[in-house]
Amino acid sequence: MQHGCPDDVEYFHANNLTADTRMSWPVLYAQIVGANRHSTSLGKVWLSVLFIFRVMVLVVAAESVWGDEQSDFTCNTLQPGCENVCYDQFFPVSHIRLWCLQLVFVSTPALLVAMYVAYRNHSDKKRLLQGSGRAGFRSNKDPDEDLETLKRRRLPIAGALWWTYACSLVFRLLFEGGFMYALYVVYDGFQMPRLVQCDQWPCPNLVDCFISRPTEKTIFTVFMATASSICMVLNMAELAYLVAKAVTRSLGGQKERKTCRKSSRERMQNKTNQKLFVST
Amino acid sequence: MPLTPPAEPVISGHNRETTEDPELKMNWASFYAVISGVNRHSTGIGRIWISVLFIFRILVLVVAAESVWGDEKSGFTCNTQQPGCNSVCYDHFFPISHIRLWALQLILVSTPALLVAMHVAHRRHVDKRLYKLSGRTNPKDLEQIKTQKMKITGALWWTYVISLLFRIVLEVIFMYLFYMIYPGYKMIRLVKCDSYPCPNTVDCFVSRPTEKTVFTVFMLTASGVCILLNIGEVVFLVGKACSKHLHTAGDSTMGAWIQQKLCSF
Repeated sequence: MQHGCPDDVEYFHANNLTADTRMSWPVLYAQIVGANRHSTSLGKVWLSVLFIFRVMVLVVAAESVWGDEQSDFTCNTLQPGCENVCYDQFFPVSHIRLWCLQLVFVSTPALLVAMYVAYRNHSDKKRLLQGSGRAGFRSNKDPDEDLETLKRRRLPIAGALWWTYACSLVFRLLFEGGFMYALYVVYDGFQMPRLVQCDQWPCPNLVDCFISRPTEKTIFTVFMATASSICMVLNMAELAYLVAKAVTRSLGGQKERKTCRKSSRERMQNKTNQKLFVST
Repeated sequence: MPLTPPAEPVISGHNRETTEDPELKMNWASFYAVISGVNRHSTGIGRIWISVLFIFRILVLVVAAESVWGDEKSGFTCNTQQPGCNSVCYDHFFPISHIRLWALQLILVSTPALLVAMHVAHRRHVDKRLYKLSGRTNPKDLEQIKTQKMKITGALWWTYVISLLFRIVLEVIFMYLFYMIYPGYKMIRLVKCDSYPCPNTVDCFVSRPTEKTVFTVFMLTASGVCILLNIGEVVFLVGKACSKHLHTAGDSTMGAWIQQKLCSF
């Protein structure tokens, strides 16, 4: 299936799917939720915060606030082209588009984890099929049942999966921080002014231009920035939790190895004592 | 990874006749799917609350209120030809639209229910682990854990009551915010504005003020009903817990003392 070809539209209408279900927020949600099975509890909380407080608020509320941003951008002049030019100077990228990009970039590192899990399942499946082939019909278990448990199992976050997961968290943090900084730099803070003064050609001299709904836009910008910060805090907490878990696991493993070595030394000593005892 | 579109929601079929953006309804509908999953672990009053929320608030918001407020800015006219005066006066009198406030209110008020869902999921996870440790790895037993209804006792009782209190507090906060921003809950027909760049004082006219007042009162009444339902649910849960405590504490001195006092009347 190739996206963007005109035949796709007929295919989808024939299958009772609208163009909106093809590539939209619910589709992204379906993808991310699948990857969520292997995340920690903090990861699941992060996903809920992302989809309820950010994607939902964006689609349900914020998009209608920014809907008339260009049509209602009015300049105090009759000069044709002045409004277009001034709008373009003060709004190089709209908030809505920046947020959409941010949400898409921030959600996709979870797919790294999903790809790794799929790769692991694929290699384990191969091993399972080879093993069952060699064993022939001696095993009692049905190989299909094993494949199903393979698909449904939840992998523990250790080893290579730990590194993949930690990398995805670091990428998420970088993207969140990067986009928030970009928004802050492009719009000189999170507040939307009511009036901007513009003197780009073809505007005659300095011209007052008025932005539509500045207070409502400021409220939503602050809301989305807060939600973004909460998500960053959750990601940092999750990263700290993973690191702590790995450290305790390695410490526990070291202790076990020490006691194992100790006990094997003791066993050797006991054996030699027994031999000595028997010989005397 | 297969791309599976979400299941067709109940609400969207009703709205297809309107010219609403289908993706908008899809998101309220997917929100409905998330919240109604909590329904299984709620009390009877909780289920009534969820129905009132979705039918009398979210559905009314999407189907009716959004079209009433649709032309709020384009229909806001000031008695001047000064460019920019309309925008500035609109922004001065409507810092945040009713529709956005209601959407935020509905999202924030519904999310404490997810606390309960998370607690139930955690309990199920712990039960599964205990089953596996005790050696019962029968898949039927594990499936039963998934489908059994959790009793609202112990820590779950506390989570549930805390989520109810959060709901009540958030509802009251939003009703207060509404009162602060739009005093009297009434939409006025005419506002007088003198912010720059309007020359002197200018008359500005709000579009559909009566219809907006009707819907504001309707949504506030629905909000009030939801608050009452939540308070009722808290009282019910506390009463249930108290009566259970009294029954089981029959042998203890406190319970015996209370019973003695009650018998003496």
